[in-house]
Amino acid sequence: MSKLNRLFNSIGLSVALLSAGTAFAGNITGAGATFPYPVYAKWAEAYKNETGVGMNYQSIGSGGGIKQIKAKTVDFGATDAPMNANELGMLGLTQFPTVIGGVVPVINVEGVSPGQLKLSSDTLVDIFMGKITKWNDSKIAADNKGLNLPDQAITVVHRADGSGTTHIFTSYLAAVSTDWMREVGADKAVKWPTGTGGKGNEGVASYVQRIKGAIGYVEYAYALQNKMSYAQLKNRDGHFVSPTAESFKAAAGNAKWKASEGFAEILVNQPGADSWPIAGATFILVYKNQENAATAAEVLKFFDWAYSKGDQMASDLHYVPLPGNVTAMIRKSWKEQITDGHGKAIWK
Amino acid sequence: MKSTLLHQARLKQQIWLDMLFRGLTRLSAFGVLALLLAIIASLVIGSMPAIEAFGFHFLVSDEWNPVTDEYGALVPIVGTLVTSGIALLIAIPVSFGIAIFLTELSPRVLRRPLGIAVELLAGIPSIIYGMWGLFVFAPLFADHFEPWINDHIGTLPMLGPFFAGPPMGIGILTAGIILAIMVIPFIASVMRDVFEVVPPMLKESAYGVGATTWEVVMKIVLPFTRIGVVGGIMLGLGRALGETMAVTFVIGNAHELSKSLLMPGNSISSALANEFTEAVGELYTSALIELGLILFFITFVVLSLARLMLHKLGKGEGQTT
Repeated sequence: MSKLNRLFNSIGLSVALLSAGTAFAGNITGAGATFPYPVYAKWAEAYKNETGVGMNYQSIGSGGGIKQIKAKTVDFGATDAPMNANELGMLGLTQFPTVIGGVVPVINVEGVSPGQLKLSSDTLVDIFMGKITKWNDSKIAADNKGLNLPDQAITVVHRADGSGTTHIFTSYLAAVSTDWMREVGADKAVKWPTGTGGKGNEGVASYVQRIKGAIGYVEYAYALQNKMSYAQLKNRDGHFVSPTAESFKAAAGNAKWKASEGFAEILVNQPGADSWPIAGATFILVYKNQENAATAAEVLKFFDWAYSKGDQMASDLHYVPLPGNVTAMIRKSWKEQITDGHGKAIWK
Repeated sequence: MKSTLLHQARLKQQIWLDMLFRGLTRLSAFGVLALLLAIIASLVIGSMPAIEAFGFHFLVSDEWNPVTDEYGALVPIVGTLVTSGIALLIAIPVSFGIAIFLTELSPRVLRRPLGIAVELLAGIPSIIYGMWGLFVFAPLFADHFEPWINDHIGTLPMLGPFFAGPPMGIGILTAGIILAIMVIPFIASVMRDVFEVVPPMLKESAYGVGATTWEVVMKIVLPFTRIGVVGGIMLGLGRALGETMAVTFVIGNAHELSKSLLMPGNSISSALANEFTEAVGELYTSALIELGLILFFITFVVLSLARLMLHKLGKGEGQTT
């Protein structure tokens, strides 16, 4: 057996095997959202070096994460779109956010450099509705005096797969436009009025880069990595803001988080002069009533460590760490909500 | 006496072994059938909620709205059939040319390297075709070919609407062309293999009575090998219908029915690949599973039609025309 183990170790299979095996073999397991995967993997690596406890995270998508936690095959599930208080209550789950990411409109318009184009929420909605079809439309030009916009057709690029990014983006469009709310709605996948679909952030990014006159939306990190031309957006307070870690943080700081509702807050159209209007947190799902207290405690310890020591790692990967007051609320909610089989709090 | 006993014992053992072997082969054969039935059964069970909710309307509706939970399969069905159709339209003549060249016209030294090249093409993973399609082919197509198509074919009276639209480089036509490149090696290598088994005597006789190479190919080689040729085409079609990754990259993934082949669309397999992981809710998942069932059905119908065609062809055999 030990020989076999060594063999598996050498090809990196032992993590998967151990986690699938005994209840708690020094590893915790999670599955779900793809968006936070890079930072979870980074945290897991650092945490393992520090404590010896491994965290095996499988980025199978938010839908998959919810299915896995429902089937209790993982210690925690992860989702980009928060579950609402009702669903959480029905399943006996509690939910808390980990990091924040921003969604950025990216464009491919000749002669327009990154950050030069300014879009108001109405204009953005009309573009994605297919009502504005040319870049030199008077509505776009009104916010961009002095910018030489070409007489070029606009091609909308959206996600083809269901995704938390789409959920955040459509939530924003629905928040600022009743037409969008009524005709399209907000979800991980919607019936897009116009445009073409790319698979994943990388799919949208490459479509936007290939198609002249394209506009799409991607996670902030993808826009940075691909050096894409982004647009400034007009926020709720009427200021044009650029997507930066600071403007995401401003949006997170101005949000009204509620532990009782599983922190189910989408950071769109938040107040504040510097707030970026399209941001969202990604969430962790765990059971309130834990049969296996030891494993549950390890899960909470991992995220506690991530909140206190993982900020720099998250920032390096262009995620925005949660503000201190929010993490304090999360720790408090653990104490109040997560119990072992005898009703005793697991987090002390 | 003793030796006959031994002989009988061995015979008994052999009979027993024979039975065991027969049983095993039967088990394998019926195992495949059982597996097939099990897959159909689980697809039907999985798609029951969608079938109950939408009924026959599912097949003719172009609605696909996860927000309101309304689904229809028309867009992916059309996308699958049209892309596969384009693929065959391009692949059959090209494969035919490759096979004829390799068996009849090519100098002997070129046959092996060219043959191996065709087979190697068949071994490239589909995701590579997809990436090549998106990063290399689509930009070239958008910059150099689609504007030309727009100007020259898009303005024709009947065909026009099918070839009009912004030159994006991705869409139904691109998907069809990538699929054609992917199925050519399959069809071409099957055609070459069957062309090679045509008895030389038949061909020599034809040449002997003064037939040209074209006549030999059309009147001797093709009739002799038509079952193999149709089989090869069906193999290619089967691959084209079910191809997922390469199509997903270049088809544009839009649940939209448009007349133009330059516009983005969707195919059954790419809709599944895109949406299955994040499909939450019973009806959404079920609608996707029903799409899978439909693909299964389409493949079944295509294979049956191929059989029927071969059967019809076989009937005409041996009669003078």
